Amino acid sequence: MRKFVPILLMLTAPVWAQGSGPTPAMANRQLADPSKEAEAMRLMHSLRCIQCQGQSIADSDASMAATMRAEVRQQISAGQKPEAIRAWMIKRYGEWVSFEPDFKGARLLLWLTPLILLLASLWLARGLFRRRT
Amino acid sequence: MIAEAGLAALWLAASMALLQLIAGLTLLRDGAGQLVPLIKPAAYVQGALSTFAFFALMWLFYDTDLSVLLVANNSHIDKPLIFKLAGTWGNHEGSMLLWVAVLSVSGAAIAFFEKRIDTKTLYATLSVQGFIALGFFAFLLFASNPFERLLPAPIEGAGLNPLLQDVGLAFHPPTLYMGYVGLSVAFSFAVGALLTNQVGPAFARAMRPWVLAAWIFLTIGIAAGSYWAYYELGWGGWWFWDPVENASLMPWLAATALLHSASVLATRNALRAWTIMLALVAFAMSMAGTFLVRSGILTSVHAFAVDPERGAFILALMLMYTGIAFVIFALRIGSVKQGEPFQLVSREGGIVANNILLSVILAVVLIGTLYPLAAEAMGDKISVGPPYFNKATVPVMVLLMLALLIGPMLRWRRDELIRIRYWLIGAAAILLLGAIVAWQLAPDIGLFPLLGIAFSLALAVAAWLPLRGRKLLRTPLPVFGMVIAHFGIAVSVFGMAAESGFSSETLTALAPGENAKVAGWEVKLNDVNPIAGDNWVAVEGDMIAAKNGNQFALHPQSRHFFTPPMQTSEAALLTRWNGQLYAVIAQPDQEGDGRWQVRLWWKPFVTFIWYGALLIAFGGAISLFGRMFRRTKKPTRNRWQS
Amino acid sequence: MKLPWLLWAPLAVTACIGGLAAYGLVVPKDEQVRSAMIGQKLPEFALPPATQGVLPLSNTDMGDGKPRLLNIFASWCIPCKAEAPHLEALKAAGVEIDGIAIRDRPEDVAAFLDEFGNPYRRIGSDSEMAVQLKLGSSGVPETYVIGADGTILFQHIGDIRAEHVPMLIEKLKSTT
Repeated sequence: MRKFVPILLMLTAPVWAQGSGPTPAMANRQLADPSKEAEAMRLMHSLRCIQCQGQSIADSDASMAATMRAEVRQQISAGQKPEAIRAWMIKRYGEWVSFEPDFKGARLLLWLTPLILLLASLWLARGLFRRRT
Repeated sequence: MIAEAGLAALWLAASMALLQLIAGLTLLRDGAGQLVPLIKPAAYVQGALSTFAFFALMWLFYDTDLSVLLVANNSHIDKPLIFKLAGTWGNHEGSMLLWVAVLSVSGAAIAFFEKRIDTKTLYATLSVQGFIALGFFAFLLFASNPFERLLPAPIEGAGLNPLLQDVGLAFHPPTLYMGYVGLSVAFSFAVGALLTNQVGPAFARAMRPWVLAAWIFLTIGIAAGSYWAYYELGWGGWWFWDPVENASLMPWLAATALLHSASVLATRNALRAWTIMLALVAFAMSMAGTFLVRSGILTSVHAFAVDPERGAFILALMLMYTGIAFVIFALRIGSVKQGEPFQLVSREGGIVANNILLSVILAVVLIGTLYPLAAEAMGDKISVGPPYFNKATVPVMVLLMLALLIGPMLRWRRDELIRIRYWLIGAAAILLLGAIVAWQLAPDIGLFPLLGIAFSLALAVAAWLPLRGRKLLRTPLPVFGMVIAHFGIAVSVFGMAAESGFSSETLTALAPGENAKVAGWEVKLNDVNPIAGDNWVAVEGDMIAAKNGNQFALHPQSRHFFTPPMQTSEAALLTRWNGQLYAVIAQPDQEGDGRWQVRLWWKPFVTFIWYGALLIAFGGAISLFGRMFRRTKKPTRNRWQS
Repeated sequence: MKLPWLLWAPLAVTACIGGLAAYGLVVPKDEQVRSAMIGQKLPEFALPPATQGVLPLSNTDMGDGKPRLLNIFASWCIPCKAEAPHLEALKAAGVEIDGIAIRDRPEDVAAFLDEFGNPYRRIGSDSEMAVQLKLGSSGVPETYVIGADGTILFQHIGDIRAEHVPMLIEKLKSTT
């Protein structure tokens, strides 16, 4: 009996939903055009969920992520470019919402890190090798 | 009583560690001392006492003694026995006790078995080991006492974190900790060798089994964690570049580099300073990883048991050990002689390339993980996530694969590329062919998956080539180990590339009786039923997946736990030889229409990711076995040592 | 070794990481994601009434020469219940409050208003959270100060407590 009561509770109350409103249709449906869906998916993987902060909106069950997915799909199907949609999100939530830093200022340095480190370590390692004789 | 006995054992063990440290200091000052002969016995006693303390805690969990705070907080009378026992280490205090117990036992094992390095270096190593243990004992006793009493005792207990009620995850953290302990032993050897100026092949040989063991545990631990995230988070991803994941990857990268440089030092007496450096970095990374996970300073999906105060303690320990070690490094490494010379095109050259590339990846992961924190300190709130890490590390990984295609074929000291020209042409042909085939199969596959497919195919051949021309029965086991591990990398990379390049996805909502298609599979939702577990309830989808006349039942669940409240999704996985069908049932779709959100994926060859990881670990195990076996049979004398 | 200073580089790197980590521990982590829309005009939206007997809300209803509060709430949100009396206090002080109900059903909103009072001039229903997204809002409850010309001037994240009431009144006054 103790186990049964919670099941009843669960079936009567929407325990999952954060709220009771409808989930936007496009949150959990793919776009008809596979190439547009792929484009949307790529973008969704690079936008951060506002509610469950460790995840991208493509990997999250949170209602906010669902809304953001719907927004992305809507704008993509309306012919918007992914980078414009990213900018749209950034305009509302700041740089934080994008998992992919842009190339400005100190962030450019972040992108160049692998190259700089590679060159620096090659320069450091040059003394290890004996010249061919 | 048992709790008090466990606590007493910890205090006594800590005093043994202190004795080891003090005796070691007298050894360094005078070259000898009355306390020095006590170092080995102290290590034995410390190992025995810590083991006793761990089993005492395990008994308390077995007995569900709720008057012990830790048991009350992390166990529940209703829990299945396996999770009661797993509860011993499925929490912060217990896992730290396990860590310390293994650390102590490792110290005792070094004291007992290690015969290759000279006595003074051994004593120095054991003292450093005592020093590390001492810090962790302090951490346990002052900041995370597992034996604290709770009065009055509660009646049923709070329950283990539901996510940890999973056999895979119950063993995941301790596996990583075993790896970290192994790296701490490597650290002790490195500092010991630095202090006594004995950085040479004997040191590398003594350290190598510990690095290998650590590396095997880390490999398994990371693979298990990744598989767990794959089926539990319910969106089909297996690696998210999350701070906690990065924290476990960094020590692995350092250990992988160390493993290779140690083999150069052991066989060729080169890369001395660099090997020491890597041993220090590897341990520092494992401490840094523990700190990142425990402190919660970075936002993560996998954040359990976050506690900033304890994080501060771990940070202080890390800075102390690493700081002291790097000071010793800077002061002493100048007196370590340059190793044996070698040419760019040689086995050593290949391993140097491996080390450089692994170190670059390590540094990129470290910088990318910490960058948001640094940016925040400067008033800039940004995120660094998967798109950055993929773009910044995959090209370096491609270079690493390239090095792996050539390096193991080269001879030690000096070689000519012209000697392996046939293989070079063959490799180029496989690369080209693989890329063309992959591109034909999926024109929009993307550059990284394309390269991944091509290189994994070439590497799958390249991995076996070092066996060519050898008498297989006479080939040393470590060579087999290397071959299998490298082949494992090919398998794993193939899985990753195939999954990210060829997966199909269907997101839909189904009412019972309706079906959906994904990659040639037809999945029918028969029914949705409520079911109950020990401390959770769930809705379970009753699905039938059909392809080519074969039918399979699938039962994905969406679980709801009570103590503490939490939702998880249990994906239903149908494993075929060539991939997995991944099915998730989520929320009711729209109110009142009776449909359920269903997510389906066909993920070609996704299991290869973890099979590959297991092969890598298996190769490591063969290597380890070979090293231990050979040692007992005939201790090899080293040509480069006077 | 030609570069003796290089030997100290590992120590320096450790110190940097240690400093950064210590900073992360000492400074409390700011988990709130603030809206980047502060200082901008309200985005365009037109929401239907959240329940029977309330007025609908569109962006043109605000910014009509009078500064207002825009309160984002939901009947299923527990802190929203806690902030209800303070919204009443603001209303009593002459503040006009518009509401947006997030992911809600009309009957739930009606029950919520019955139980906790109705301090709102208008209540729009944002059942799919689309307007919330346009505002750069990250959760419920949140309260925005909207200027007389329809500019978003201030965002308060979380429930309004007694100590926030004078602050919000001050913000509204200073805009005119």
